[in-house]
Amino acid sequence: MRSSAIGLKRRCANWCGDKRTALESEPTTSRLGVAFLSVEKRYGSLAALRGVTLEIGAGEFVALLGPNGAGKTTLLKMAAVLVQPSSGKVEYPERAGATHESIKRSIGMVAHSTMLYDEMSAAENLLFFARLYDLDQPERRATAALQACGLPDRAADLVRTFSRGMRQRLAIARALIHSPSLLLLDEPAAGLDRQGIAWLADTLAERHRAGCTILMSTHGRNDSIGCVTRAVMLSGGRVQADSGAGGDPRSMLSAVPVEG
Amino acid sequence: MRTHRAVAILLGKELRAEFRSRELLQTTLIFALIVVVLFSFAFDPTAAESRRFGPGLLWIAFLFAGTLMLNPSFAREQANDALQGLRMAPISAFALLLGKILANFVFLLIAELVLLPVFAVLYNVTILPVIWRLLLVILLGTLGVVITGTVFAALASQARMRELLLPLLLLPVLAPLLIASVEATASLLNDEPALDPTWTVFLAAFDVVFLTASWLLCEHLMEE
Repeated sequence: MRSSAIGLKRRCANWCGDKRTALESEPTTSRLGVAFLSVEKRYGSLAALRGVTLEIGAGEFVALLGPNGAGKTTLLKMAAVLVQPSSGKVEYPERAGATHESIKRSIGMVAHSTMLYDEMSAAENLLFFARLYDLDQPERRATAALQACGLPDRAADLVRTFSRGMRQRLAIARALIHSPSLLLLDEPAAGLDRQGIAWLADTLAERHRAGCTILMSTHGRNDSIGCVTRAVMLSGGRVQADSGAGGDPRSMLSAVPVEG
Repeated sequence: MRTHRAVAILLGKELRAEFRSRELLQTTLIFALIVVVLFSFAFDPTAAESRRFGPGLLWIAFLFAGTLMLNPSFAREQANDALQGLRMAPISAFALLLGKILANFVFLLIAELVLLPVFAVLYNVTILPVIWRLLLVILLGTLGVVITGTVFAALASQARMRELLLPLLLLPVLAPLLIASVEATASLLNDEPALDPTWTVFLAAFDVVFLTASWLLCEHLMEE
């Protein structure tokens, strides 16, 4: 009953655009970590996550490893506030008590799907998301993002005319357009050629240097894991191994097969 | 971000995408025209019969067209999981739903406004003297159809056989709205037109109740 009342109050506040707006306009460059506390997720009788406890500190670059069905995507979606845990909690220590909307402003995600509109041009897609994130000078941000992902010449072309690799570059640009503090990547190298993977590696290294927390799931070893500071192995919805914050992830990463 | 600004951005995106592809508008309009023309061939009504049956036929055409249009309204969001991108954005679930509702309202209203003169000609009914009151009834009725329909389309979008599920869920719920809209329209097409305020109040109340319900349920509707 109390949570319903709080939810109603939150909606009223949001509709009226009260002081929460000020909280939402915090700079997105602030640091943000994420903590999964005994998190479980069940889809009917299937348990995707079984009691995962994992604290990712602000500024870490974590590689999530594990076979298909290990729970990597579910964990990333949970961090992105897209999926609610069946039990346990997901916390953002730097934003304790903040609303989901405020937290979402600081999160960027590249998922399996590109989350782009095929019937809109590359520039229109980026401009739309820049406006949704309420960024200053959205046109300039969209142009800069297109430049950064190497697609300025295709700005006016519809996304449906793009190759898989170009869509993936655009999806990465979309995820980065609001300079998120927490970047969630679900196999971001999928569909990218060697040049694209090198661009991705450079981009991630740059974001990491800027203080962005990165949580990336990957199946294969490629240039993009060069800056990884921690590796976590999931299996059957549980954390099987963790190199730990400040530990050496190299032995775990070396066990990952080379991509391609 | 304030809800009205997010709604405006989402509505702009919907309108741009639709006016570029014209998929929803064209199919809805053609379908509604076919229904009205077929009814007129099937019944060949006199002027008196048109005044009696016309409002019912008109609203059934609106309802079927609405159902046809609402079904794929979430299809754009499902391609490439774009809905997930919207759910990740710092906007409320209600803003997301409201953007869809307003876009569907605009599209269905355009189809209805094109259909209305065709109906008047085919069924030999005079609508000009009562046009403003008729538009009020159409606005209120259409709003009810799209609010309810968009909520059910969001529900059905993640289900298998969603094309069949939406009319099965939606049409029974819209029965009271259909009755009120038909009665209000019939009272306007009478020899002595007079709009009974009971029906317009009922339609407005229907809209408010379902809009409030969608506001309360939107977060669950948009959950994965």
